[in-house]
Amino acid sequence: MSQASGDNDDALVSFRDVSFRINGGLPIIDHLDLDVAQGETLVLLGESGCGKTTTLRLVNRLLTPTAGDVLVEGKATIEWDSIRLRRRTGYVIQDAGLFPHFSVAENVGLVPSLERWTPDRIQRRSRELLELVGLDPAQFANRYPRELSGGQRQRVGVARALAADPPLLLMDEPFGALDPLTRASLQKEFSEMKARLGKTVIFVTHDVREALMLASRIALMDRGKIVLLESPADFVKSANKLARAYLETLSEPPAVAGGL
Amino acid sequence: MFEFLKANWSDILAHIAQHVWLVFVSIAIAVLIALPVGILITRRQRLRAPLLGIANVMQTIPSLALFGFLIPLPFIGGIGPRTAIVALVFYALLPIIRNTVTGILGIDRSVREAAVAMGMTDSQVLFQVELPLAMSVILTGVRVAVVITIGVAIIAAEVGAGGLGEYIFRGLRLNDNRLLLAGAVPSAAMALVADFGFGLIEKRFDTSRQRSRYSSKRALIWATILLTVMIAGWAGWRALRSRTTESGVHGHATVGSKDFTESILLAEIVAQMLEVQNVEVDRRFDLGGNLAHTAILGGQIDLYPEYTGTAFTAILHHQPVSDPKAVYDQVKSEYDRQFNLWLSDPLGFDNTFAILVRGEDARRLNLKTISDASKQAPQWHAGFGHDFMVRPDGYDGFSRAYGLRFAGVSDMSLDLTYTALSSHQVDLIAGNSTDGRIAALDLVQLEDDRHYFPPYEAVFVIRRGIKYSPSGAGQGRLMDPFVEIMGKLAGAISTDEMRQLNYEVDGAKRDKKIVVHEWLVKKGFVQ
Repeated sequence: MSQASGDNDDALVSFRDVSFRINGGLPIIDHLDLDVAQGETLVLLGESGCGKTTTLRLVNRLLTPTAGDVLVEGKATIEWDSIRLRRRTGYVIQDAGLFPHFSVAENVGLVPSLERWTPDRIQRRSRELLELVGLDPAQFANRYPRELSGGQRQRVGVARALAADPPLLLMDEPFGALDPLTRASLQKEFSEMKARLGKTVIFVTHDVREALMLASRIALMDRGKIVLLESPADFVKSANKLARAYLETLSEPPAVAGGL
Repeated sequence: MFEFLKANWSDILAHIAQHVWLVFVSIAIAVLIALPVGILITRRQRLRAPLLGIANVMQTIPSLALFGFLIPLPFIGGIGPRTAIVALVFYALLPIIRNTVTGILGIDRSVREAAVAMGMTDSQVLFQVELPLAMSVILTGVRVAVVITIGVAIIAAEVGAGGLGEYIFRGLRLNDNRLLLAGAVPSAAMALVADFGFGLIEKRFDTSRQRSRYSSKRALIWATILLTVMIAGWAGWRALRSRTTESGVHGHATVGSKDFTESILLAEIVAQMLEVQNVEVDRRFDLGGNLAHTAILGGQIDLYPEYTGTAFTAILHHQPVSDPKAVYDQVKSEYDRQFNLWLSDPLGFDNTFAILVRGEDARRLNLKTISDASKQAPQWHAGFGHDFMVRPDGYDGFSRAYGLRFAGVSDMSLDLTYTALSSHQVDLIAGNSTDGRIAALDLVQLEDDRHYFPPYEAVFVIRRGIKYSPSGAGQGRLMDPFVEIMGKLAGAISTDEMRQLNYEVDGAKRDKKIVVHEWLVKKGFVQ
């Protein structure tokens, strides 16, 4: 369960009694405590509106907490220079958010070029990353995002997030909008890739299958709180009602329209 | 038409150049204002409604009214291109601001979020993401603004800014289709070319189309170079031109006129007589309404022809009086006291309102006086110029003095009333007694038997502030050439002569400068 604060040296990201609300409305995040350890993949699982995306956006300071602190590498996000923090944090979102006026290589090389790497180094890095995400640089480097399929775009999105070799990767339903076959192959490849790279990943999804497949630990969220925090092995054995409801969707045979 | 083009092509080109210049400068200024404003209100949501509202309202102000507001203002007002450009900028702002806002806010949310999350600074987000992606929409706004400005710049001729509007207004005044076309065809063509050209540029910036980023960068550089060269060229050209137009120095004079043939002819007479004396003359003709008066007060023109009755009622706001001598004396002394303006001796003719009917009607019904016509009035439709409808010595007092009641009254352009009368669309109009079209269209002037209309003796109004010749003598006196010319012109033009001069231009469609030159030679004022 959630660790006592301050004594976990392994934590790359820590939430300390964090709340977030907009203009004094109902809390979207409600007194949240959470430590994300170095090198683990923490999956935030929950229905839409449960606060999982907001939790993610608090980490790279797209949002700031209305109460409590979010610590990254031991330092509160509000004390970070937000530009520095974001360049050290990879970010992948559902529809990739690639720049339509940038080529694939330019999209991948975005953060390195913001960091003023030399053009040679940027080029080498973006080739390397395209190969890593399974796109042939010779074929794809000079294409534009509109010339790619959804799965290819998402691969570029992952490559872009990894470009400056950030220790932390935030992923907001990165495979949510893909067709099932593409999604399955990307999940598999990503799972292998992260094992090799050793990044710390915070991953948001509403797909329990995806959570079980990728997570070191699963944080089940409901109405701004973490209701369950377990490893996948313990998660499937949990008696928690919400967790059981999620798990039941896995075993149910599909209803066939029209009947027989 | 071909002959006309052959004779005037260089003049037409010069007007097209002026027009392009007006549009170009106005759009350049409008972009420099609208783009930052547009960007600002994508960031300060609270400013969006009020700023867009202001731009919206500016666009709805009728252009003539806007010119009216601007003329008396210091720095941005006055007559000439400056005022026109201020007004044109006002009209061009809205489409550019609106499209900047729409373009930037229309960018895919995930793209903007990614930009911020990648650690781009505000200005990097703006210049590397928002502006490039919004560019084609912003350019659409500029394109709309350009087309609007080309149209509105026509009106700029009313404040003496030149451009193709001069042909259009002159064409309307003279009922000359060649002039109308000389103004309308190039401005329409210009609008089409601009629309097409901007369409091409927009496509280059449209990110949904296949193209290389590098070629668009190069295009941008070329466009910048081209624009810079154009600005430099125009600026140089303007500087060259304006050097000769500074008023008030010895040897220079700016002659103004109102916006109808007779006033222009009188101004041209003085202009040519000054030129004979080696005075460089800048002509600021075609000033509508009371613009000429405003302009002389502002020191933008040095003299212009005026009518005593107009000065008495429309400018000094007195009730109409019918004694010519009393009107002249009072105008002269009040102009001196109030405005420091000097009134010349009367030129000799009286251009009063002429109540006109068709010759055939006058003969058939045996109409001689306005009182004769009052019996017919209930069956008649009358057409009066805008000016006549509102001036203190105009329609209200006139209809009361004669107890007139028409079947209908149309408020229309003075120039069109003549055509309307001869083509039986109206039956009675108030024209000018010296108008050449009276004879040309077989119209009959009815006698003002109740002496309603005040006298309208033609005089020149001259600015006292003109500096004296280099030999010295102080302010407040007139340059010698002015005194001499006004002496020669006193009582020199009879009503018949003026009507004949007007006819030569309006009826026979001859060139004003030539008509004036011939008359000056005939009078022995020039060799």
